Amino acid sequence: MATDFLLPDLGEGLTDAEIVRWLVKAGDEVVLNQVICEVETAKALVELPSPIIGIVSALHAAEGETVLVGAPIISFGGAEVTVQDLSATEPDAEEDGRSNMLVGYGPGASDHRSGHRRQRASAAELTPEPPLSPSLSSSLSPSRVLAKPPVRDLARRLGLDLATVTGTGSNGAVIRSDVEAASGSPAAPSVVSDRTASADETRVPISGVRKRTAAAMVSSAFTAPHVTEFVTVDVTATVELVDRLRAHPAFEGARVTPLLLIAKALAIATVRYPALNSRWDEAAQEIVTYRAINLGIAVATPRGLMVPNIRDVNSLTLRELADALSGLATRARDGKTAVAELSGGTISITNIGSFGIDSGTPIINPGEAAILCSGAIRRQPWEFRGEIALRSVMTLSVSFDHRLVDGAEGSAFLAEIGRILADPLELIALG
Amino acid sequence: MSIASMEITGHTEAVALLPRAGGDLLPHPVFSAYVSDIGDAELVQMYTDLVVVRRIDAEATALQRQGELGLWAPMLGQEAAQVGSALALRKEDFVFASYREHAVAYLRGVDPTMILRFWRGSTHSGWNPYEVNMTTPAIVVGSQMLQAVGYGMGIRRDRSDDIAITYFGDGATSQGDFSEALGFAASFNAPVVFFCQNNQFAISAPVGVQATVPIVQRAAGFGIEGVQVDGNDVLAVLAVTRYAAERARNGDGPTFIEAVTYRMGPHTTSDDPTRYRDADELARWKERDPIDRLLRTLEHRGLATAEMLATAEAKASEFAASVRIGCLGTVEPAPESIFENVYAEPHSLLEEERVEFLAYHGIPDTKAAGQ
Repeated sequence: MATDFLLPDLGEGLTDAEIVRWLVKAGDEVVLNQVICEVETAKALVELPSPIIGIVSALHAAEGETVLVGAPIISFGGAEVTVQDLSATEPDAEEDGRSNMLVGYGPGASDHRSGHRRQRASAAELTPEPPLSPSLSSSLSPSRVLAKPPVRDLARRLGLDLATVTGTGSNGAVIRSDVEAASGSPAAPSVVSDRTASADETRVPISGVRKRTAAAMVSSAFTAPHVTEFVTVDVTATVELVDRLRAHPAFEGARVTPLLLIAKALAIATVRYPALNSRWDEAAQEIVTYRAINLGIAVATPRGLMVPNIRDVNSLTLRELADALSGLATRARDGKTAVAELSGGTISITNIGSFGIDSGTPIINPGEAAILCSGAIRRQPWEFRGEIALRSVMTLSVSFDHRLVDGAEGSAFLAEIGRILADPLELIALG
Repeated sequence: MSIASMEITGHTEAVALLPRAGGDLLPHPVFSAYVSDIGDAELVQMYTDLVVVRRIDAEATALQRQGELGLWAPMLGQEAAQVGSALALRKEDFVFASYREHAVAYLRGVDPTMILRFWRGSTHSGWNPYEVNMTTPAIVVGSQMLQAVGYGMGIRRDRSDDIAITYFGDGATSQGDFSEALGFAASFNAPVVFFCQNNQFAISAPVGVQATVPIVQRAAGFGIEGVQVDGNDVLAVLAVTRYAAERARNGDGPTFIEAVTYRMGPHTTSDDPTRYRDADELARWKERDPIDRLLRTLEHRGLATAEMLATAEAKASEFAASVRIGCLGTVEPAPESIFENVYAEPHSLLEEERVEFLAYHGIPDTKAAGQ
């Protein structure tokens, strides 16, 4: 016999979850409570243990796919043995009136005992099969269409019979947009895409970090008016200082890179130009200026772009900052960035120089006022003491939110960072 | 103030009897005497209890992930605090628990299957409190502390030497009920043990944001003796709880115990602790695992034989299978049964609502048909 495992409601009222990773594949033998997959809900990343001993016959959802609660995600077949089979005394579940698992135990589930199934019209084609028969869920009378009171009110005002409306909400409930579509345009667009990938393209569902990155970028790019400025600086002295720090006993075992001094320069300049360390609070109609500088560093991780931050960088010694930067990079590379590191940033750096790129116009991390972009340091001919010499030169750019920062202030900020890196004596003079 | 309080109320160090690094018992001027009867066989039994309750907890967590429970509040990491304290009680003593005392319930004789059915939403409470002298889970944080004090005051009027014990967490000490309960207990010299499992978190709020001093120090302001114990040391917890129970039985009034432990799992299965605490902290507490702690002493004494470990494991597996079968075998009550168990006697409003409820859900009214 084959058994389907339906995605349960893992956290009190959740409607779906994303399959993050499968730990089994078709044909695998599994034992009871063996972890079969990791799923991410709106609340938590959790491991799902196998409910039975058996053989996996099929996986019904791909990694990265979002699955509705109550939909089958895996089937077991072959010679599986459930725990109930281990006990000879266990009464037959069906005859004994035992219900199926709770799965989605909200009002949407149907009920076998009453002998009715709610009419959900063509909604059934749009939503997955409802979870099976938790008998403790409510058994709504057959003609009652699911809809919340404001939606019922809207339908009544529009003179619309709810029974004629196709529900696209969870469990086939009629939602506001269904009523609006039914009253306005007769042909409501299908919520299910019938597009299939052709041979010359691949299609990957938008989910997880990619989805969140996209939302953050769109929200920032289209709410904060961005201005980007550039400055090209001779940073030979900084490069030399990096070499000397590497050889210094106090930095033994530390990873010292130009990014360390760029971060330090930014921290010093930010103190002098606090507008760059602020946030636009649209709801409160207030400008929020942060006391501490929590420096975000954009990093490419196995799961995508993340911007973990280092708390209160000005409270750190240079050595501590070096360790914080390398720790952050290591955790990001290993996919071990803590969630706490991802919130509360106040200003960011993106170091595209590490990709060999000279400059760019970065998008500000939402909730911040500015992002500094550091380009590649190149040996190139440059004016030096009235002569042309080979010098280490880099381009710095900063994007700032023009609502919060005026051109004069943003320019002074960038110029100061450039000045510090041109002559790192300023690190001591100003810091 | 007794000798113990003089020694302990500085609370520079929580009471411990099992050494963290293994070896034989640490001597304690007051509390060693309270466990002088605990020999090898008793230590092995405590170890078995710890292993069994941890397995029941793990099975329940798995069942929630498999859609069989609506919710579960894991007690992973708190086994010693619960087992040690529950073993200090007599059958006649009454336990007023919160919602995480699964090990206490197990040791009071509650059928673990019934604990699970509560979290499945298939029963109102899960057990008859008077059969095991333990209340069913209190979801309202801290309410049970007041009930324990009221019960304790009743015990005094009955001139009995039973006691009441109430379990709560560090978060509950921020509730007004906590202050009221301690105030009344002190004023009426009620035979109550206040057992605080400081598991370091009130859901996601660390204990440090709720209290600026060790929780145990709060008792002094009420004139109640406080003892801080290493909550991951099952033997020390047993000793300290016996001490507190003895004081209550002797008419010396309430005692406040702070068992310092750690919730290694989430607050409930709906919670993701990685969002508010780092992996290093968890790793540090895993090194202090209460079961490993006792095992090291058993090993030192040569009691951790393969046979002993296998016996404990077998018992744990047996219980795990039995709660799984029991949970899967739940016969769900009919929706209308809610009207049968809330009021002792029917009344007209209840009847009206019952009829309306059945009509709304299209359920035939068998009661009305019989009338």
